[in-house]
Amino acid sequence: MKILVTVKRIPDPDASVKFANGAVDTSSAKWVPNEFDQYAVETALRLAEDAKSKKRHAEIVVCSVCPAAQRQHITTFLAMGADRGVVVDADDTALDSQAVAKLIAGVFKKEGADLLVCGKLSQDTEGNEVGQRVAGLLDLPIASFAGGVTWDQDGKAMVVSREVDDGVETKKVPLPSVITCDLRVVLPQSVKNGVTPDDYTYNEGPRLASLRGITMAKRKKVEQLKPADLDVEAGSAISNTGVNPPPARAAGQIVESVEQLVEKLATEAKVL
Amino acid sequence: MPASLFYTDEHEAFRTQVRKFVEREISPHIEAWEEAGAFPRELYAKAGEVGLLGVGFPEAYGGTEADGFHKLLLTEELCRPGSGGIVAGLMSHGIGLPPITNMGSDALKEEYVPSILRGEKICALAVTEPSGGSDVANLRTTARRDGDHYIVDGSKTFITSGMRADVITVAVRTGGEGMGGISMLVIDGDTPGLTRTPLKKMGWWCSDTATLYFDGCRVRAENLIGQENEGFRGIMQNFNNERLMLAGMAIASAQVCLDEAIAYARDRETFGRPLIKRQVIRHKLVDMAQRIQSARAALELLTWRVDQGQWPIAEVCMLKNTATQCMEHCAKEAVQILGGAGYIRGVKVERIYRETKVLAIGGGAEEIMKELAARQMGL
Ligand SMILES: Cc1cc2nc3c(=O)[nH]c(=O)nc-3n(C[C@H](O)[C@H](O)[C@H](O)COP(=O)(O)OP(=O)(O)OC[C@H]3O[C@@H](n4cnc5c(N)ncnc54)[C@H](O)[C@@H]3O)c2cc1C
Repeated sequence: MKILVTVKRIPDPDASVKFANGAVDTSSAKWVPNEFDQYAVETALRLAEDAKSKKRHAEIVVCSVCPAAQRQHITTFLAMGADRGVVVDADDTALDSQAVAKLIAGVFKKEGADLLVCGKLSQDTEGNEVGQRVAGLLDLPIASFAGGVTWDQDGKAMVVSREVDDGVETKKVPLPSVITCDLRVVLPQSVKNGVTPDDYTYNEGPRLASLRGITMAKRKKVEQLKPADLDVEAGSAISNTGVNPPPARAAGQIVESVEQLVEKLATEAKVL
Repeated sequence: MPASLFYTDEHEAFRTQVRKFVEREISPHIEAWEEAGAFPRELYAKAGEVGLLGVGFPEAYGGTEADGFHKLLLTEELCRPGSGGIVAGLMSHGIGLPPITNMGSDALKEEYVPSILRGEKICALAVTEPSGGSDVANLRTTARRDGDHYIVDGSKTFITSGMRADVITVAVRTGGEGMGGISMLVIDGDTPGLTRTPLKKMGWWCSDTATLYFDGCRVRAENLIGQENEGFRGIMQNFNNERLMLAGMAIASAQVCLDEAIAYARDRETFGRPLIKRQVIRHKLVDMAQRIQSARAALELLTWRVDQGQWPIAEVCMLKNTATQCMEHCAKEAVQILGGAGYIRGVKVERIYRETKVLAIGGGAEEIMKELAARQMGL
């Protein structure tokens, strides 16, 4: 079993956004791993390992499309426990989702992976597209927004649950397939692999990398590919016409009474 | 170009992980723990599981080799919730364990180190005595050889993790007067004849502090660390590292004060304008930042020098004073900037204000640091 996990670098979401020339200015950004991709790696690790004996039952390959010189986020995932990495060397900020999906589909084929685990979206653009596009390109079954995953080893399938408006929907997807992860997948008992006891309780959230993990990560293999190696022309069919900060909010008002509030809502805000 | 002379990407990756641990496991609870005067024992195991307790200790015994900057940033991140107590308590093995790993026999290391680094056992260092802490060379607790045991009599006080410690590294007198008669022993917490009483403190509330009484405690002779009567040097070497860490704590706490004061000054309006627009307040903030910058520069440089194998004793003494004075200044000004809010329990700067003195006293008091520096300088 080989699990491919996609990871994206994003500008630190806790930093304030800078704008320049009608675009988001990332020239001085601190790049951090996308949170949902951390859930994806955690899901893959829980699927692959026996939590008690720490033995592995699957190989985990993390894949990122990013400039080869800026792959610090991959190191973090290797430090968490992924086995090796693949970097597709390209300026991800200049690619659209379809180009990224083609590159990832290319890596999936090249690796002969059995399962692709993605975050449901990246926190910067919130596109929620790549997992679905890869499944489309490879003609694979997909279960998106996974809140729970159970590996049915006999049936060679993944049983995936997700929250919908009126409850929890469960589907079974035969391997090879694609899963995109939502937040609930990192709850203490959301992932079951048939090896770790079903009642095992993980710490909530993606695991932390230890200093030893970080040191070891540097020694793990990271293969570097060019888009051309995957027969993909990296580009974008989408052009940005402009990004502007939202207008600054006007100062609030303190009203003296409920009557005054109602009057202002009716006459000034015109919402009543 | 690297962003720092000393910190690499690997350090930053480690910092991110420690920060997450602190935000997840410590920050949400710190106020309750401080008020309760204790933090749960399980925190040791949690910190052990992600390897935080093993940073800088030998791999062979479950640690992870690290440089001074890993240790420093670990301390800094642990200080962010604004409680020195959690740092002192959770990391009490940081002073209790190095004598064993640096000078102990392989058997001692095998027996004690792994379980402490896993967070299963708590380790404390006991040097200070009721009769005095500064004058280590004249300590009075005795260990008398009796067959293949030592019989330990005496008492220790102000001992961090003293109430809960399972393993206590104790400085004892095995020989004649002065520094040439001092040894270090590992004493199990459940040794018959050992009793403990808790001490209430001005600050560091969530860290337990105790007086220990040794009344005819029988300790296996194998628990001697290194050679008999040669313990003093190890104690001093340990102090040097502790002082570097205490300086790190002081500067990190000063930084918390500055951050809190800036946030408050931006938010708080008086006489129709935010506090931060007032020159008096802005200058106070810059003055805090200025002291932090100088202290941190010295801290990083000395951390690097110690990593190179140098022993800049006088400089570390002076750094400890610079750092604790910086913290005292920043805590004082931060409380002032927050006004009444800075005097209310549950606010970080209020807590840090109560923690300034312990850093200026513990691990070698300010006056002693000056004396030691003066001697090193040949004055
Ligand atoms: C919260 C807390 C936790 C602690 N944890 C530990 C621990 O885990 N393990 C441990 O062993 N110890 C611990 N200590 C003890 C600490 O290291 C001592 O308090 C410190 O070394 C000072 O010793 P003392 O309190 O006995 O003061 P004293 O030695 O009695 O000194 C009193 C004052 O006189 C000054 N002074 C002393 N001699 C001279 C001199 N010759 N010239 C001028 N001035 C002088 C000192 O600087 C100090 O200001 C802790 C202390 C505190 C408060």
